[in-house]
Amino acid sequence: MPEQGRVITYADAGVEALREEMARDSSIVYIGQGIGPRGGNFRQTRGLWKEFGDERLRDTGICELGATGVAIGAAMAGTRTVVDEVFLDFALEAITQIIQQAANISYMSNGKIKAPVVIRGAMGAVRNAGAHHSHTFYNWFANTPGLKVALPATPYDLKGLFKTALRDPGPVALIEHKSLYNTKSVVPEEGYLIPFGDARIVREGKDLTIIAMSRMVDLAARAAEVLAQDGISAEVIDPRTIVPLDRQKITDSIKKTGRLVVIDESPSYCSFAGELLAIAAEDCFNELQVSPKRICSLGVPNPFSPVLENQMIPSVERIVSEVKDVMSTSRRKS
Amino acid sequence: MSEPVLTEQISQQLLLDYYKKMLELRLFELKVQELYRNGRLPGFVHLYVGEEAVAVGVCANLEAPDLVFSTHRGHGHALAKGVPPSIVLAELWGKSTGSSGGRGGSMHMYAPEYGFMGTNGIVGAPIPLATGAALSAKVRKNGQVVVCFFGDGAVNSGSFHEAVNLGAVWDLPVVYVCENNLYATEMAFLRATKNTSVASRAAAYGMLGVAVDGQDVVAVHDAAQAAINRARQGGGPTLIECKTYRYVGHHEGDPGTDYRTREEVQQWKQKDPVKLARKRLLEAGVEESKLQAADQEIEQLIDQAVEFAEKSPEPSADSVHDHVF
Repeated sequence: MPEQGRVITYADAGVEALREEMARDSSIVYIGQGIGPRGGNFRQTRGLWKEFGDERLRDTGICELGATGVAIGAAMAGTRTVVDEVFLDFALEAITQIIQQAANISYMSNGKIKAPVVIRGAMGAVRNAGAHHSHTFYNWFANTPGLKVALPATPYDLKGLFKTALRDPGPVALIEHKSLYNTKSVVPEEGYLIPFGDARIVREGKDLTIIAMSRMVDLAARAAEVLAQDGISAEVIDPRTIVPLDRQKITDSIKKTGRLVVIDESPSYCSFAGELLAIAAEDCFNELQVSPKRICSLGVPNPFSPVLENQMIPSVERIVSEVKDVMSTSRRKS
Repeated sequence: MSEPVLTEQISQQLLLDYYKKMLELRLFELKVQELYRNGRLPGFVHLYVGEEAVAVGVCANLEAPDLVFSTHRGHGHALAKGVPPSIVLAELWGKSTGSSGGRGGSMHMYAPEYGFMGTNGIVGAPIPLATGAALSAKVRKNGQVVVCFFGDGAVNSGSFHEAVNLGAVWDLPVVYVCENNLYATEMAFLRATKNTSVASRAAAYGMLGVAVDGQDVVAVHDAAQAAINRARQGGGPTLIECKTYRYVGHHEGDPGTDYRTREEVQQWKQKDPVKLARKRLLEAGVEESKLQAADQEIEQLIDQAVEFAEKSPEPSADSVHDHVF
């Protein structure tokens, strides 16, 4: 990730990826609610309607099931599409089309039909939106064979992963985070692709490995700063895509440090964090010095009260405190 | 439903073609029933026996590049769109030569090389998919028309409402064909909904809706021809309700008599689409010997399909991971 150059927001990085790819590939059609003249609820399609018009920026009413099925059907017939669920929560209205049709179609058709569709939605807690608008169920998607899952944590990653998704032969769930849209980073003006299955080492370290996804990457990096002041050297890794997963870089790091902490905004039970702990157990058992740990959201629906929601979701303070506990645990006896 | 007459739009030769195609669908399904009952075929099958005039009458109007989306009761749609019975049967047998190489089976059978975009295990799900394929055709301006078959069970689903609404508002080149066979699994349509006229629902979307006798291949043909021409010329979608009936249970193994009377089944068999077409051909002066030759030709086609499917190899177990992505 470049450290110098033009700085733009996460929302604008997504717009730029779309603009470049829609100009390059005239077959791309974008479908969703409020994505035309309004430019998207999160300004995630700002300016594209003026550039590409009604034919390619297809505003719909509130009908995620129909719109998602239409996007998948168009993709099956050879037209690359993006369907914007806006809030990932609303993808639940369309989940049968995503799981049963899009994810299965390549296999069911013996590879004869592909569905080059990007299913886009923004997850996670933002400004106390409450239980209906805050879900983080990307692990459900990752448990579905045939569906790729990208979780961009920065504007730079969003642009590069979105462009790759728009060239992928199959369905990709591109899951953004609502509270990241106004965050900024250096994003090159020229086009670039970030391959799927290529984790990013956010920060190198030697004492423990912290793996985090989406908005939790920033929290993990900030926690690592604090820990460094106490002489703890944390290596922070962002998988960037969880299907496919860069298992190599992850296990190399765990073997190097001997300690693993995973930060996940989903509740821990049956979570992707649990999968990472399983990988550590399967591949790094001999190198692990202490039990790996998950720091996840508490297993409750997102509460409305700021006090309660802050209690639910991992914080920098909680990460620092729990990592210190992990570091103070003595080496397991051989 | 009036006594069928040979309309001017359809020649004797075409009617003979439709008769043969309907017989192909009929004999194919009866063969599948026999094989299934003898434990030869894995999985589950929903047979199309009794509804042949719908698939044949509609698909007769389609060009090769046009697309068809079908249902869980979809073998007939595949055959009507031109998928050879050999590869349909091989798929039902789970063989590597099947249309999906044995990965799909009855309800997940795809042959895009014939414009057949799949049967589907989920009721209602093909309606948004077909609408999307029609959006693709419109954006690409490739002249394709898309036909979506579904049953009366699908029209009370949200998928129907959301997709048909989008198809109508965007004037997409799609024809929605409802095969109203009066029962969704075991649920009688008149117990499932207050408005039992599917065609009338088109008005809710500002779209043309027509109802036809689904046992009369000529009536289906004529309604579909008008709708497909309109779609191809940019006139948007049509909803066609074909009033039809399945002689068999919902799936093979369901006797189909717990929720409907034997008398009702017998009454519908009086309007059998294959027999009706045969009678009409005889009345139009086609010789019995010519029809017998046609019957024999179709019987051979089905026998060849059985031989092909039976002798085809199973997929290699090592290939289980292929084509996930």
